[in-house]
Amino acid sequence: MKKIKCAVIGPGNIGTDLLAKLKRSPVLEPVWMVGIDAASDGLKKAREMGLKTTAGGVDGLVPHITTDGVQIVFDATSAYVHAENARKVNACGAMVIDLTPAAIGPYCVPPVNLKDHIGQREMNVNMVTCGGQATIPMVHAVSRVQPVRYAEIIATVSSRSAGPGTRKNIDEFTRTTAAAVAQLGGAGQGKAIIIINPAEPPIIMRDTVHCLVEGAPKASEIEASVHRMIVEVQKYVPGYRLVNGPVIDGDRVSVYLEVEGLGDYLPRYAGNLDIMTAAAARTAEMFAEEILAGTLKLEPTPAAAVA
Amino acid sequence: MNSPLKGRRVTLHEMCLRDGMHPKRHQITLEQMTAVARALDQAGVPLIEVSHGDGLGGGSVNYGFPRHSDEEYLRAVVPLVRRAKISALLLPGIGTLDHLRMAHDIGVHTIRVATHCTESDVGEQHVKLSRKLGMDTVGFLMMAHMATPERLVKEALQFESYGANCVYITDSAGYMLPEDVKARVGAVRAALKPETEVGFHGHHNLALGVANSIAAIEVGANRIDAACAGLGAGAGNTPMEVLVAVLDRMGVETGVDVWKIQDVAEDLVVPMMDFPIRIDRDALTLGYAGVYGSFLLFAKRAEAKYGVSARDILVEAGRRGLVGGQEDMIEDAALTLAKARGLLPARVA
Repeated sequence: MKKIKCAVIGPGNIGTDLLAKLKRSPVLEPVWMVGIDAASDGLKKAREMGLKTTAGGVDGLVPHITTDGVQIVFDATSAYVHAENARKVNACGAMVIDLTPAAIGPYCVPPVNLKDHIGQREMNVNMVTCGGQATIPMVHAVSRVQPVRYAEIIATVSSRSAGPGTRKNIDEFTRTTAAAVAQLGGAGQGKAIIIINPAEPPIIMRDTVHCLVEGAPKASEIEASVHRMIVEVQKYVPGYRLVNGPVIDGDRVSVYLEVEGLGDYLPRYAGNLDIMTAAAARTAEMFAEEILAGTLKLEPTPAAAVA
Repeated sequence: MNSPLKGRRVTLHEMCLRDGMHPKRHQITLEQMTAVARALDQAGVPLIEVSHGDGLGGGSVNYGFPRHSDEEYLRAVVPLVRRAKISALLLPGIGTLDHLRMAHDIGVHTIRVATHCTESDVGEQHVKLSRKLGMDTVGFLMMAHMATPERLVKEALQFESYGANCVYITDSAGYMLPEDVKARVGAVRAALKPETEVGFHGHHNLALGVANSIAAIEVGANRIDAACAGLGAGAGNTPMEVLVAVLDRMGVETGVDVWKIQDVAEDLVVPMMDFPIRIDRDALTLGYAGVYGSFLLFAKRAEAKYGVSARDILVEAGRRGLVGGQEDMIEDAALTLAKARGLLPARVA
């Protein structure tokens, strides 16, 4: 079967874990890994897996986008450089899946709104953050039962799984997650808290979701909705589990989750990598299926092409 | 008596309007806040911290919603003080650069960027902005008992490289013994530039707040946190009025009036307390097991709700290696312990 060719910019924790997911995809074929340090582990690993690599950053990739037929580019770098990367890639007629918290394009959390992206001809889709991917499905599971006036998430990741990009972008992480919790989760107001825990052995990613609902919580409906959503997320992240809850206390509904990864790049504690990369791969697969079916034709972005 | 510290100058930093927010469940009124701030100013306290207990932007289900926003508290206090400066705490991952700009616009003098003691790099954005805005900028290494002196040196140097002009060793759990404090503060003092200040923040869970602060000063710390009547998380902070009296006896210059600070503690702060700040068995467990101070009330509430003792919950928190900010894991730990002991009713279908 024909596959859609992809490139990954950013050979760090997220980019390298993503590569493992793309290698298994029936419709995606990773062909380029793009970094800025020729000696980096991530580029070396990509070369060993048979990909072409460049340490020339996005400019090292651009000349090859058309000649190698790359149609989907994943950006796993930093919010600071994403706008520039996206502009250059879009100008060549490839679309961008954004794994930084830059959030230039519309958000995508697959079990919540993947289908809404069909037919939209978007050239840039944002994957929110790992904390957003882990928690927004739960906020949505509550808000589809009854109105949520406020939703708050606490994402705790192990220190070993938080790379330099995540750390330098912690403020963007906090603000982008909060905005997406409200907008995609379906809450009047959103709040996000991120915590990095250095315990050894490293802790599995933990996520807590607190929703304040309007009216008395419909306990049994919420519980059923939460369990249905867990199953949806487990389709692409098998280690996504409900640890405790939903706890109902007055107008508060709280859900306590853990996310264990597949251990593709970092060990299984780093579920924060998996939930991000698996969601990005799933999103890209949907676009790839559209391209393969002929319903989506990518073209260079006119404004960007002039720039 | 001839004191080896005679003639040293130390900047005392008042915590009761920030760390004191924890035992007040963030419900201090504007009237209480302004009355205490005015009295502290008149007593000669040079620096007063005002923010949600968990720092700017801490208002949340997880940590508690405050009676007033950080902005309301700061707008009330900043114009009121005549000699004292106002500081605000900020935990990256909870508060954001937007909160920092807000505090700067109101006239806050000092920003303290607080991270877990091994994760100072999450404070890079915040320290850099604070310095760019010309603010007194502190890197605040929390739960410092969990890292070796060598590791703390690495983190302190990192904060200094971002532009922090002061780095704190923070005993958030009230766990350290005086020798632990000396090893950590001394190593950091020796590694940083001479012009970079070093501070110590203690808790009184093992009744060592004052002794640990003296130990820190002995090895070169020159900023010390304390709270009137100890109003702070756990068994409270180092009691300010006691520290002022001891430092006065030792000939250390603080600029704080021994009698006036006693009156602030006794007449204004003690009457504000919802319960006595003392070393009860749960606060003692924090200090003994090395658990983050503000977990205390959360554990007591979980005990009342799930029938698992607060002490067991706190010990479990220590076993899991929880760090500051993980208040959500207190209810989670209580639920898991209650399930294991058959204390939870059958699930709602």
